[in-house]
Amino acid sequence: MRYSGFQVIKEALLGHRGWKPAWRDPEPQPSYDTVVIGGGGHGLATAYYLAKVYGGKRIAVLEKGWIGGGNVGRNTTIIRSNYLLDGNEPFYEFSLKLWEGLEQDLNYNAMVSQRGILNLIHTDAQRDAFIRRGNAMILNDADADLLTTTQIKERYPFLNTDNARFPIKGGLAQHRGGTVRHDAVAWGYARAADQLGVDIIQNCEVTGFLIEDGVCSGVETTRGTIRAAKVASCVAGSSSRVMEKAGMRLPIESHVLQAFVSEGLKPLLPGVITFGAGHFYCSQSDKGGLVFGGDIDGYNSYAQRGNLPVVEDVCEGGMAIFPNLGRARLLRMWGGIMDMSMDGSPIIDRTHIDGLYFNGGWCYGGFKATPASGYVYAHLLAKDEPHPTATAYRFDRFKKGLMIDEKGMGNQPNLH
Amino acid sequence: MIINHPLLGPRDAAEFVYKGDASLIHRPDWEAPDALQAFTDYGYLRDNPAGLHRELWFHEQGDRSWLVVTRDTTTHEITSVELALDVARKEGRST
Repeated sequence: MRYSGFQVIKEALLGHRGWKPAWRDPEPQPSYDTVVIGGGGHGLATAYYLAKVYGGKRIAVLEKGWIGGGNVGRNTTIIRSNYLLDGNEPFYEFSLKLWEGLEQDLNYNAMVSQRGILNLIHTDAQRDAFIRRGNAMILNDADADLLTTTQIKERYPFLNTDNARFPIKGGLAQHRGGTVRHDAVAWGYARAADQLGVDIIQNCEVTGFLIEDGVCSGVETTRGTIRAAKVASCVAGSSSRVMEKAGMRLPIESHVLQAFVSEGLKPLLPGVITFGAGHFYCSQSDKGGLVFGGDIDGYNSYAQRGNLPVVEDVCEGGMAIFPNLGRARLLRMWGGIMDMSMDGSPIIDRTHIDGLYFNGGWCYGGFKATPASGYVYAHLLAKDEPHPTATAYRFDRFKKGLMIDEKGMGNQPNLH
Repeated sequence: MIINHPLLGPRDAAEFVYKGDASLIHRPDWEAPDALQAFTDYGYLRDNPAGLHRELWFHEQGDRSWLVVTRDTTTHEITSVELALDVARKEGRST
């Protein structure tokens, strides 16, 4: 069924009895051309673009729990393409362009809202760095706009521009950035992929790989053996756990990132703002809650919860620029598990095992990348060569010294 | 999290800086023929287990000692804390 305003009116008059489940619940078949492991945003997007753009047939997405139950349901919903480095910026700008056409493409309301993102500047050195980054963005066909404190005050009158330690000296805005209803991204891709014949198999955990003589020919799952010409891992957060079953060690540590939402408030914050002196980012959801987050906790973790020192640190960052935040009560806080890679950038590549592909290492920037991650991964699966925007995301970049290290922190994953 | 420091007793984890997997104590031999591969693995690959993890913590805001903490990454429960110096000596890395 195609969703439209006409359908909504028709169903309203008929008592909403005509709506059908948005995707099927098929039994796994014994074999497929391509099996995607992981029914999150990236996995579902991969299956969708593989079927839609690259003509893939007989595709299955295997999900351990329910689709969209991992990090696509646990993030702070921000989209942007404000990166500096050549290996990153074309990819993230490709992603932002896909976001702009996503809802028409999927026939699904993902509430893509280009309300703009503003990175605040607090020092002269930071202004220089942000101007350079803005120019890199413009060179890659993205938009960037350097704002003065006066311009920022007009849009965000409640910001504390005169904080004694971290005064706001300006900001780098990307007006095309914004937020997206995160769950709807998973549901929209699932529905669209299902309509193209993709089998979405939930409650199906991969327990092992069928590997012989360096060739992967399928997976063992809790719902039986599934053979496939190509197996595509797409489980950021649990990458090490899954790839260990194929005997691989990864340049990845798993870390916990906490996020927070306040009680619902009247419209207050029109766009996304980020504090440049600490680590704090905030937007207001359409339900009115202030959604915010900061740094990862900083130690290996698979527990989807964090500890109090980071809660304090995030709230201090928020209070420094945004003092009226202190009047809002915190409604919920939660944690998600991040694949923190050794240079802060993702990996989308073939592995040394034929027929086994890998997509992961998204650190805490995976949500904004969802459409492009799926698109370029589908490209890799279909053509066995990287998409032009993702040629740098290779496994061997560490050995060759070709790291994509936006923060310049080196191989210390908890600092990216 | 509270880390039970072998010399100082229970201390808040916020006093410490986290380094990572305790296997980083074992720096490869730079003269070995496979040193390039060994250092690539040492620098960039991690076991990253879900469960017990031996890891290095540095008591930066305390006595500046390095500790080897054994912690469950699925619950954050700490089961053992040793001085990294003792661990390294036991494993023949230091005198």
